[in-house]
Amino acid sequence: MKTSKKIVLALIIILTIVFSFSAIKGLDLGFTKLKPISEKMDLGLDLAGGVDVVLEAQTKEKDESLRKKMEQAKTIIRERIDSLGVSEPNIALEGNKRIRVEIAGVEDTQQAIELIGKTALLEFKNPEGEVVVTGKNIKESAVSYHKDPTTNIDTPVVTLEFDKEGAQKFKEETARLANLPEGQDRTIAIILDGALISKPSVNTEISDGKAIIEGNFTVESATELSNLISGGALPVELKEVQSSVIGPTLGLEALDKSILAGAIGLIIIVILLLVLYRLFGLVADLCLVIYILLTFNILAAIGVKLTLPGIAALILSIGMAVDANIIIFERIREEVSNGRTVRTAVESGFKRAITAVIDSNITTFIAGAVLYFFGTGSIKGFGVTLMIGILVSMFTAVVISKFIIKAVVETKMGTSKKIFKAER
Amino acid sequence: MKNINIIKHRKIYFAISIIFIIAGIISIFARGLNYGLDFTGGTSIGINLEKEIDADEIREITDKYDKKAMIVHVGDDKKEIMIKSSKNISSQDSMTLFKDFKDKYNLKSKEPLYVESIGATIGKEIQKNALTSILIAALFMLVYISIRFEFKFGIAAVLGLIHDLLIMVSVYAIFRFTIDSSFIAAILTITGYSINDTIIIFDRIRENSSKGRIKSYDDLVNKSIVQTIRRTLFTSITTLVTLVLIYILGVESIKTFALPLLIGIVVGTLSSVLIASPIWYLLTIRDK
Repeated sequence: MKTSKKIVLALIIILTIVFSFSAIKGLDLGFTKLKPISEKMDLGLDLAGGVDVVLEAQTKEKDESLRKKMEQAKTIIRERIDSLGVSEPNIALEGNKRIRVEIAGVEDTQQAIELIGKTALLEFKNPEGEVVVTGKNIKESAVSYHKDPTTNIDTPVVTLEFDKEGAQKFKEETARLANLPEGQDRTIAIILDGALISKPSVNTEISDGKAIIEGNFTVESATELSNLISGGALPVELKEVQSSVIGPTLGLEALDKSILAGAIGLIIIVILLLVLYRLFGLVADLCLVIYILLTFNILAAIGVKLTLPGIAALILSIGMAVDANIIIFERIREEVSNGRTVRTAVESGFKRAITAVIDSNITTFIAGAVLYFFGTGSIKGFGVTLMIGILVSMFTAVVISKFIIKAVVETKMGTSKKIFKAER
Repeated sequence: MKNINIIKHRKIYFAISIIFIIAGIISIFARGLNYGLDFTGGTSIGINLEKEIDADEIREITDKYDKKAMIVHVGDDKKEIMIKSSKNISSQDSMTLFKDFKDKYNLKSKEPLYVESIGATIGKEIQKNALTSILIAALFMLVYISIRFEFKFGIAAVLGLIHDLLIMVSVYAIFRFTIDSSFIAAILTITGYSINDTIIIFDRIRENSSKGRIKSYDDLVNKSIVQTIRRTLFTSITTLVTLVLIYILGVESIKTFALPLLIGIVVGTLSSVLIASPIWYLLTIRDK
């Protein structure tokens, strides 16, 4: 074996060991810290727990105007969820009139669900039931404290500031109400999504365009209302057509068991390859470890979330990564049985096996790509994971495995026909 | 192993397959398929009640939401319940339902184990979407294989694939397994896996036939199968190992996921040898 090859081979082995260690335990290199894989991978809803809701617009609008409203609705929903302070909610338009909202690891699922679907149409109505101003005319909203005159305790209230048009209308109406004779109804009803929040009585004309909503608010409920008002009303009514809420315990249990099964499975595969192909099996095992490291790191890097169907795709692609090596080794074994030396058998074995490996991988890749482009939700995730798995397995089988095997057969140990137990 | 003669016994394999598929079709017509929530629409709520509680007592709460709801006790100690309703209960209502339980039984958990709710129209769409995805994938595969090999290989591979899907549906019909989204993921996986196995054998047939000196087509196919049989077996075994472990160790949601995959991979492996290869043989000798 040439010295340069020895160095590269040693480097591959050392790097694999180092990265395996860092993938399990994390590694502090001084200038930078490598996190363990378990911290880098984002978990999907079915594993981490969370809320997944699909909302459908209840409207007959079409094309451009519908598209615009859906985009608006998406932005508003995003703002509302951001106010919950959850990490990276996934909000995406699906088809023409649907929005899928995925929030992982949310603490109060009920609050999240209520918040997403609220139309948040705020209306100020006069005693005759006519709408004076709506949420559209509100410039700003915040939470403030107001001293209760009877108990002398600070209670949270929601403050509003109208825009110019709103301020004008509000001024006219309050002036009219304030001038009504004593004993007549002078109230303004503040209504959110059809539900009455408060009904203050108007005593003086309000000309500064500011108003306060009092209700039996807690700090939380006042903040929520204020956020809803600032975020604005949804431009269309959205109806929940699909939802799933997964509690965090169920998902974690599923993940733990899958990891355990995966680890035991991996050990069995490693032993199986060693028994079947001995020295070459060792090479295949090394490639398998490299494959797993690469795949998980790529998935983490591009932010693919690990879901149950994703795990299925990983199992399938690990199967295919092993398969590529098995195809090649079986081919080499056959060539050896046909009387070739191990060295020439490796050369021709690789050459002949490569078409089978490429064709079988590409057909499966096609399946993955179609699922990615035509599927929705978890089917999409399955497609991505499968495609990445296949690309990486082609790389490890064709490039890395080939390099190592060729280096190995240049040593004395590698030229012995016994390494294949090739009977003839 | 050298004397395997698949082609000679092909009628037996075809017959077994066809009988199984017919049994599947009969049971579909007789009893229908056991569609899960994902397809029919409806709601399923899982709650950990922390002790075993009688179904009649549970109904006192669930009747408020759906009088026809099904209540199933799950888990080893029957502490967990699954409430299944054909109605599309909104997630907000599901949460109030959970709160009713929480208040009545002083539950420690802050939320239900899971809530799944799907509208009937979405269910139909998922069904349609999955089917079109598979058809489009099959079409692209047919094109690719036809270009890389020849049209007959493509047809045989895709027929083998359709066979696998029919067998899968039959298994689900006969054993009354629930058809839900994990079934779809499994079908998708099998679409990839079964084609993969078939391609390896076809690749060998292609190579052997290009070498010339073909005695006969049945010899060509048999020889190619024998030459690749070790690979076919070893690859299936390595993939099955992990799946079997997942099935044994996994929680309920993973079990329902691993089972169709297990069946599919066994069926896919068998069919690439016993069905797809003989189909190619039949297509080829018909033209000679």
